[in-house]
Amino acid sequence: MSRRDVAIVATAQRPNEVGSTLTSVELILPVINDVIAKVGIERQKIGFWCHGSCDYMSGQPFSFVAAVDAIGAWPPIVESHVEGDGALALYEAWVKIQTGECDVALVFSNGKTTSGPIDRILNLQADPYMVTPLWPGFDSLSALQARACLDAGIMTEADMAEVAARSYRDALNNPIAYAKENVTAEQLLARPYTSAPLRAHDCGVPVDGANAIILAAGDAARSLAERPAWIRGIDHRIDTQRLGARSMTESSSAAIAAAKAGVGNDRIDIAELHAPYTHQEILLRRAMNLGEGTHVNPSGGALVSNPAMAAGLARFAEAAESVFSGSADRVLAHCTSGPMLQQNLVCVMEGE
Amino acid sequence: MSRFFLSLQEGRLEGTKGSDGRVYFPPAEFDPVTGEQLHEWVTLPETGTVVTWSWQSEPQPNQPLEHPFAWALITLDGAAVPMLHAVDAGDMARIRTGSRVKVRWAAERSGGVRDIACFDLLEGAS
Amino acid sequence: MSEADGIMRLRQPISVTYNWSAGPNATSHLNGLLEGTLIGKRCPGCSLVYFPPRNGVCPKCARILGDDVVVGPRGTITTFCVVNVPFLGQKIKLPYVAAQILLDGADISMQHLIQECEATDVRIGMRVEPVWKDRSEWGPSLENIAHFRPTGEPDRDMGVEAGAS
Repeated sequence: MSRRDVAIVATAQRPNEVGSTLTSVELILPVINDVIAKVGIERQKIGFWCHGSCDYMSGQPFSFVAAVDAIGAWPPIVESHVEGDGALALYEAWVKIQTGECDVALVFSNGKTTSGPIDRILNLQADPYMVTPLWPGFDSLSALQARACLDAGIMTEADMAEVAARSYRDALNNPIAYAKENVTAEQLLARPYTSAPLRAHDCGVPVDGANAIILAAGDAARSLAERPAWIRGIDHRIDTQRLGARSMTESSSAAIAAAKAGVGNDRIDIAELHAPYTHQEILLRRAMNLGEGTHVNPSGGALVSNPAMAAGLARFAEAAESVFSGSADRVLAHCTSGPMLQQNLVCVMEGE
Repeated sequence: MSRFFLSLQEGRLEGTKGSDGRVYFPPAEFDPVTGEQLHEWVTLPETGTVVTWSWQSEPQPNQPLEHPFAWALITLDGAAVPMLHAVDAGDMARIRTGSRVKVRWAAERSGGVRDIACFDLLEGAS
Repeated sequence: MSEADGIMRLRQPISVTYNWSAGPNATSHLNGLLEGTLIGKRCPGCSLVYFPPRNGVCPKCARILGDDVVVGPRGTITTFCVVNVPFLGQKIKLPYVAAQILLDGADISMQHLIQECEATDVRIGMRVEPVWKDRSEWGPSLENIAHFRPTGEPDRDMGVEAGAS
C-alpha cells in the first residue's frame, strides 16, 4: 500500500499560564474552536478526533471522557484518546488517515500541570515495583541522567546553562511562552542547585496549556492551507523501562526514530525538540545528528513552558507554523514521554 | 518477582543470571537477550558502587528519608546493571560517582523495595 | 504482602493532593447550592438549560454556557431503577429508587434518590420535590438534598420528552 501524503494544515495554542482556574474542558474548548475557524470548515467534515491527556493529572478516572464535551460531539463522531502527550495522538491520527478511513483529523491535548504536584504525579508512570514506591520524581531521575552525562564528559554545566539561556532569550519572541528572560549562561550558573546537578533553569517550567492541530491528506490539505507542512517521516521508539538497563549518556530510541523518520536525508532548518531538561536537548541533538545549521527550539521549547501531555504536540504546532510562514522549509518535531527520554517520537515535515 | 520480594523480606538480595552470565538485580524475569524465562538465582552481597547520583535537598512525602539525601543508581557487587535507591550521605559533599555503599535494611519488612531502607556510605572505602 | 501458593501480593498505597478548580462557569451553580437555590445555565447557541452545568459548556454546540437560570425545585421523573443489590458502604435501606429527574425549567435530567414512598409506586411522569438536609450540613454540593419525594400532583405526560433528556 502506498503511503498517503498527510500534512498539518492549522494549529492553535493557548497562552501558557500558571494556576489556571478553568476546568480542562474550558481550557480546551476555545482552542478547538480557534483551529477549526482557521481552516474554515464545518465541524462535521472532521473525520477523526484524537485527544492526548493524563487522568492522573486531574485525579479522576476517565476524566478524558469529559473532554468530549469540548468538541461538539453531536451528531456522534469518531474519536479516540491517548493516555499520553497529544503528539502520540497525532501519530494515531496520522495512522488513521493512512488507513483511508478519513481525510481530515483534529488532534488536541491539554495539561493542567499546576493543579497538582506534577513531579509526584509523573512518578506514577514509573516502574510500579522498584521505582514508584520510592517516590523519586522526574526532576531527581533526570538529574541522575545529567550527572552521568557530566561524568562522561559529554557536556558541562555551562553547556546546559547555555541551552537554558538561549531558550529563555528565544522565548522573548514567543507571545505564548511562559518563562522568558534576557539572561546569560554565566548569570544562570550563579543560581543555586535545585536537584543537583540540576538548577531551576535546567528543568522545564510546569504550566497549564492546551493546543490543537488539524491534519489533512492530499488535495484536502492543499485546499485548507496555503503552505501545508507535509509529514515526510514519523517514527516512535521506546527504550527499556528498567532505569539501570539503558544508557544514561545516549538515547538509542531517539536515534532510531530519527533515522527512520529520515532526519539525516537533508538539512533541518528548525528542530522543535521536546526536552524538558537542558541536558536532554544536548542528548537529543547528538542522537539525531543535528548540526550548527539547525535552529533548535526557536519557540523557547518545553524549558520555558512545559504543559505536561501538551508540550510534545506544542512542538509539532511550532514546527508546522514555521513552514506555514515560509521561515523554514524542512523541520523536525519531537516528543518524549516517560522518565529520562524513555520514549521518543520524531517527525520530519516539509513545505512544498 | 514473588521470590525476589520474599527474599527481600528475609533480608537477602537475590538476582537472576542471564544467558550471557550477566546478573540482574533487581532480577529480570526474562532474558534481555534471548527472551527466555530466567530460573537461575544468585545471592548478592550488600555492598555496591554508585554509578550516578543526584541530590534531594528538600525531601518530599513518602520518600525513603526525611532529611536531605542522595538518589543514586547503585550497582551491587557482582551485578551487571544498577538499581535506583536513596543514599543517606548526610551532605552533598560526601558522595561522588564511585562511592562505595552498603544496604541498610528496614526495621520492619513486608516484601518490597522499601525493605531496603536506604544505602549507607562505606567510610573511607571509596 | 501476603503469601498464597508462593505468589506475593503487594500493597502499595499512593496519595497525591490536588488543587481542583470547578471553573468559573460552574461556580454560580455551586454557590447557589450553598444558598439552597438550584441554578442551571443556558446555552447561548441552542438555548438548552443545563442542570448541573458540569464543565460549564454545551456539549452539543461546543460553546461556553451563558446566563444563569433558576430551575426547580420541583421536577418530574423521566426514568428510574429499583436498587435491590447490597454493596459495601451502602447507607440506604433496600430496596430503594434511583431516578433521573427533570427539574422544572431544565432541559437535562439529573440523578437523585426517591424516598418517602414505596419503590413499587414510583413511575415515569411522577412529580417530585427535594427534601433538603439540615442547613448546618450544607456544602457546595447536590448532596445538600437528602432525596426527592412525591409531591402528590397529577403525573406529567413525559412522552417524547422523557426519551429526549
